[in-house]
Amino acid sequence: MAPETTSRPRLAPGCRLNERASQPRVLLMPERALRLNGPSLEIVERCDGTHTVQQIVSELQKLYSQAEPQKVEQDILGYLALLNEKRALDFE
Amino acid sequence: MSASISTPLALIAELTHRCPLHCVYCSNPLELTRRDSELPTEAWARVFREAAELGVLQADFTGGEPLARPDLSQLIRAARAAGLYVSLITSGLPLDEKRLDDLAQAGVDHIQVSFQGACEQSSLEFADAGVFAQKLRVTKWIKRHRIALTLNFVIHRQNLDQLEEMLALAEQIIPGRVEFAHVQYYGWAFSNLRSLLPTRAQLDRSLEFLKKAEELLRGRIRVEYVVPDYYAKYPKACMGGWGRKLMLITPRGDVLPCHAAASLPDMKFENVAEKPLRTIWHESPSFQKFRGEEWMPEPCRSCDRRSLDFGGCRCQALLLANDATVTDPVCSLAPQRHIVDELLAEVNAAPTMPVIAGEPTKIEWIYRSNRM
Repeated sequence: MAPETTSRPRLAPGCRLNERASQPRVLLMPERALRLNGPSLEIVERCDGTHTVQQIVSELQKLYSQAEPQKVEQDILGYLALLNEKRALDFE
Repeated sequence: MSASISTPLALIAELTHRCPLHCVYCSNPLELTRRDSELPTEAWARVFREAAELGVLQADFTGGEPLARPDLSQLIRAARAAGLYVSLITSGLPLDEKRLDDLAQAGVDHIQVSFQGACEQSSLEFADAGVFAQKLRVTKWIKRHRIALTLNFVIHRQNLDQLEEMLALAEQIIPGRVEFAHVQYYGWAFSNLRSLLPTRAQLDRSLEFLKKAEELLRGRIRVEYVVPDYYAKYPKACMGGWGRKLMLITPRGDVLPCHAAASLPDMKFENVAEKPLRTIWHESPSFQKFRGEEWMPEPCRSCDRRSLDFGGCRCQALLLANDATVTDPVCSLAPQRHIVDELLAEVNAAPTMPVIAGEPTKIEWIYRSNRM
């Protein structure tokens, strides 16, 4: 299920980025760790309860301006839905 | 050799063997470590730093009951300072709100509370302790903090018919994650095997139910389940493969490739007091013993699945076939599969007593003794 564009995603309790600078960035959560590449890290860093889904989309569309905006939006919505299914996000 | 050795992802820290419960399916070794032999705070703190250096991301604090350690908050702080994600696996006692505040302050990321069933009678019967009401209180307190909560229902022949009540309880508490974990037959659980192993019909019903529950709760609660591998066609990839992803440290500091490895004959385990964790992970004979494919017998050695299940579980091979070096007997291709089939035939022929939630069964359990 795609998230509402006006909602503000926030990492769920017990979900956070690792803190050791020497390691690759991962999203840590109960019994699991998700490796984050460029765009997925940009998305997760904005899931702070202040950015709306719409804001995340427009910021990443600017960041990845060479990509098709429609495609960027779809990828973001898909990724947020996936994180929600893993219970890594709350929508406020 | 070392080029093929992977980085461990998680450290299972068995902080103590002390425990207020007497679970009939306890997976701790039969012989427990005494309190005066437990690693002190500073030794654990060093272990956490060494583990993080090695690439470990997560530490699972378990036991026994980790809350039995008065320095638990300090240990959580030390693991967090090392850069680890900290999960606390607990029965929920002895715990009050004040102490939970301390643990939260120290930075515990995730708490898993285990349940014997969905009512007080289950705690009384399976853990020999009336702890259900306390567990409910604890889950409410945890929800007030920004800590992830997992409910872990340990399921088996005598409570599989309570799944609906367990699910209702989960829907009431709304944890981030709920785990329906079938008993694993090691340690104490192996002694009670015939009373714990479900029938095929029970298992099929439960799998169907849990699949529906997963759909129903999608996006609200993450549902996971662990099936009893005696009924599987292929063995579980125990610990994700020997010496591949996980290591376990016992209360006295021995470093093991898995929970039950101490039961294996002719194995010598290194202690964190003697060698750095990195050296133990890379070089110790115990971690090398079943790492990779060199050790594999047939039919594993030429099997396409050898990189998926790694020959299954060494401790299970020992328990069932009396030989830790053979293919896990639960594998349908194993020469010793008949041992498992005979056990299954026996438990499927035995009458299942109707279990009514809230009422005791008439089983004579062998309760976990905590004598040290």
